[in-house]
Amino acid sequence: MKKTISIIISAIMLVCLFAGCGGGGKASKGVVNVYNWGEYIDPDLRAQFERETGIKVNYKTFESNEQMYSVLKQGGVNYDVIIPSDYMISRLVSEDMLAPIDFENIPNYALVDDNLKNMAHDPENKYSVPYMWGTVGIIYDPAVVGEVDSWAALFDKKNSGKILMFDNSRDAMGIALKYLNYSLNTTDEAQLNEAFELLKEQKPILQGYVMDQIFDKLESGEAAIGPYYAGDFLTMHSANPDLKFCIPKEGSNVFVDSMCILKNAENKANAEAFINFMTGTDQSMANSEYIGYTSPNKEVRDTIDLDDLAKSVMYPDDAVLSKCESFINLPQKTLNYYDSMWVKLKS
Amino acid sequence: MNRSSAPAGFKERVASVWLPVKSFLERYRRQSFAYPYVLWMALFVVIPIILIGVYAFTSAEGGFTLENFSGITNYIPVFGRSLWLALVATAICFIIGYPVALAISRMDAKAQRIMLMLIMLPMWINFLLRTYAWMSLLENTGLINRMLAAIGVFDWINAMHSGNPNYTPITHFQLINTNGAVVLGMVYNYLPFMILPIQSVIVKIDPFVIEAAQDLGASSRTVFRKVIFPLSLSGVISGITMVFVPSVSTFVISRLLGGSTNMLLGDLIEMQFMGAAYNPHLGSAISLIMMAIVVICMSVMNKFGEGEEQAVVM
Amino acid sequence: MTKKNTAGNIFTALTYIFLYAPIVVLIVFSFNSTKSRTVWSGFTLNWYKELFSDSLIMSSLQTTLMVSVLASLIAAVIGTFAAIGFYSMKKQWRAPFLTVNNIPVINADIITGVSLSLLFVSAGLFMGFELGFGTLLIAHISFDIPYVILSVMPKLYQLDRNLFEAAQDLGCTWFQTIYKVVIPEIMPGIINGLLIAFTMSVDDFVISYFTAGSSVETLSMAIYAMTRRRISPKINAISTLLFAVVLILLIIVNVREARQQKANIKKQKMLKGSN
Repeated sequence: MKKTISIIISAIMLVCLFAGCGGGGKASKGVVNVYNWGEYIDPDLRAQFERETGIKVNYKTFESNEQMYSVLKQGGVNYDVIIPSDYMISRLVSEDMLAPIDFENIPNYALVDDNLKNMAHDPENKYSVPYMWGTVGIIYDPAVVGEVDSWAALFDKKNSGKILMFDNSRDAMGIALKYLNYSLNTTDEAQLNEAFELLKEQKPILQGYVMDQIFDKLESGEAAIGPYYAGDFLTMHSANPDLKFCIPKEGSNVFVDSMCILKNAENKANAEAFINFMTGTDQSMANSEYIGYTSPNKEVRDTIDLDDLAKSVMYPDDAVLSKCESFINLPQKTLNYYDSMWVKLKS
Repeated sequence: MNRSSAPAGFKERVASVWLPVKSFLERYRRQSFAYPYVLWMALFVVIPIILIGVYAFTSAEGGFTLENFSGITNYIPVFGRSLWLALVATAICFIIGYPVALAISRMDAKAQRIMLMLIMLPMWINFLLRTYAWMSLLENTGLINRMLAAIGVFDWINAMHSGNPNYTPITHFQLINTNGAVVLGMVYNYLPFMILPIQSVIVKIDPFVIEAAQDLGASSRTVFRKVIFPLSLSGVISGITMVFVPSVSTFVISRLLGGSTNMLLGDLIEMQFMGAAYNPHLGSAISLIMMAIVVICMSVMNKFGEGEEQAVVM
Repeated sequence: MTKKNTAGNIFTALTYIFLYAPIVVLIVFSFNSTKSRTVWSGFTLNWYKELFSDSLIMSSLQTTLMVSVLASLIAAVIGTFAAIGFYSMKKQWRAPFLTVNNIPVINADIITGVSLSLLFVSAGLFMGFELGFGTLLIAHISFDIPYVILSVMPKLYQLDRNLFEAAQDLGCTWFQTIYKVVIPEIMPGIINGLLIAFTMSVDDFVISYFTAGSSVETLSMAIYAMTRRRISPKINAISTLLFAVVLILLIIVNVREARQQKANIKKQKMLKGSN
């Protein structure tokens, strides 16, 4: 018995040593802790950054702005770079959680499209450098649910059991509000209640609330329709060419995800190096091609080589964009409404 | 150099401190082995639970409040569903687990060991992955539905209804994203925790007791009802506890197999700490209530049991 | 009686099929040539090849093994000493300690995880540390120790109450008594506890999820992050490998023990024969 046990333990130890060798030595230039959305970076870029700078990237992912906010609030974590969306940036700024970025260290910021500077969430360009932008639309399989041009398809009983829905309160409510022709940012309780009732009615016909699981479900044909971010449609389309994308006629959400540095960041210089790296034309181009979202970089816009479908999805024309609205941060009272509404919806 | 003189005074000083400690340790020599762990428990078991209590009764601003509890009526459906699904899962685990434990304990020693190992073995594959594999099996386009379609089950059912004009032909059974799937996930993951403690108790029942009962003319049913089952009750109770508690608090199974449309208690708690609605105070209050429910359930159950001193774990 | 046994055995066999069905699916699809989880499209070993160059999976595996080995070994040491200590206490002291000891076993994982993270975060604010490998290790040790104690205690109860005195009468110091007499007697319990603790650590997700913070990731956390989108077949591959390693180790252990038993029986027979 003893011998066999010692064999087991020494085998385990060996595996550990072996795995330890595989892990590689620590880079001398330190680390940068990055917190990003899932499926939202070309992994080769991470390796390239590590190779070029010697800075090790500790990379973790979140699945919604709200979830990221919880983890940061909970504390005990030491992220340097985070990549939240517009409205969440205003919230973080108003709660004094972000550090001003030293733009001296981000020469590539000059390449960012002027339309994406001085935006409402960062009017003085102090805290954020755009990472990617895009729209929200419906991804669907026309063979199963027919042609779609309205949010109504997500609430249609004939699609029952084939519909997926956003698993976060802001995006889900946004769709209901847009369908009702209200503003995404309404604080009017009557309008919010109406949207909430709509979501409650929708719940029984849903297959489920999902975030990135939508990739798997739509690609395999398990589900046939669901709202998601435009860029991700291109990824899904390459796996399942039957899928189509539309920005509904009622209008939709246009978002900018930007890189920010947290106030308590320990590796600020490395964080700025990372941000500058990701903003560079070559990197932003590679990233944009890999994840399908739209780069904020002017040179990328002018030189990127896209087929017609990708072009229409990534760079929608102004007529479409004019119907789209950005999220802005909501007052605390409305945020509380969102939280309690979301729990009620799912219980 | 004058090294020899310094230690002399030093030694005395050390001795003056060490000797009383030593005599104390010698007196409670063996008990003192537990002191490091007692300290550890205080730091990492007791204090964290007290912290949950503190959070539950305070607000984000720091003052005392009962608000976290008064709002909890909103979550009654979540409590109800969690308790109900966990109860069903526990009952099914018992119905499956008891006969299996009984059958295993009737095998010879070598077979028993292999069977027990085979129960432990799946635990070496991460439970998330095993649950995810169930997703592959249960999906509408999953393996079970594909298999049923391949052998023509759906064609057969559709043909049966061919006369009915209101009938829409089916292409799959709805297996995933149902309460049934969630219960299945719980049963699958926690069944070993029912089998192992029951088996370990049944094995220890003295065979002479059973023989004696048979000699006294008891039928095998009576032997089971009057001898084996009562003697295995302590195993049943720890089995029930070890299935019920993780079932009622799971937050992964309901997401993977239940489609995330209906929250369970675990989801609700996770949501308050790491999820979409940050509120650790409310999360702590819910945790506290969940702990209270578990403690009440267990003390009720322990009344049925013999009150064994230690829980039977594997 | 026999009739009942066959029925019971069939039922048991069905239960085992139920337990292993998803595992078979998982292993089979680790050899699938496409990423699909449900459509078989041909045999490949590519996922196994790619596995070793995937730094995320390899480093999370390394973290898992490091944490599990360290935590179970430390837990085995602390737990064994604690068990001897509890055993030597009067019952009125022992009972409350054992009750507290059972808390992490019986308590829901999510509450253990949440409560520890509350402690670590607030202690971290005072002392200036963040969640990381250290907090993860402490959390794992904390839920491992009870399993060690629960499997060592019964072995201690089996000891002769007078063993300690006898050893000391024979001239052992109290340290020798523990080290040379007691520990060898309870060794199977310690090993058993160690293995259970190690298994629990490897399989744990919930407690790690709440206590690991931003810089470390265990394999199960990496898998959880993947279940939120899609599982790479590489994860199936690494799980298959782990499963195979454990299976082979168990087979070796069993075969060796069976052989030893046989040899022992033979020896006894020969001794009897020569008499």
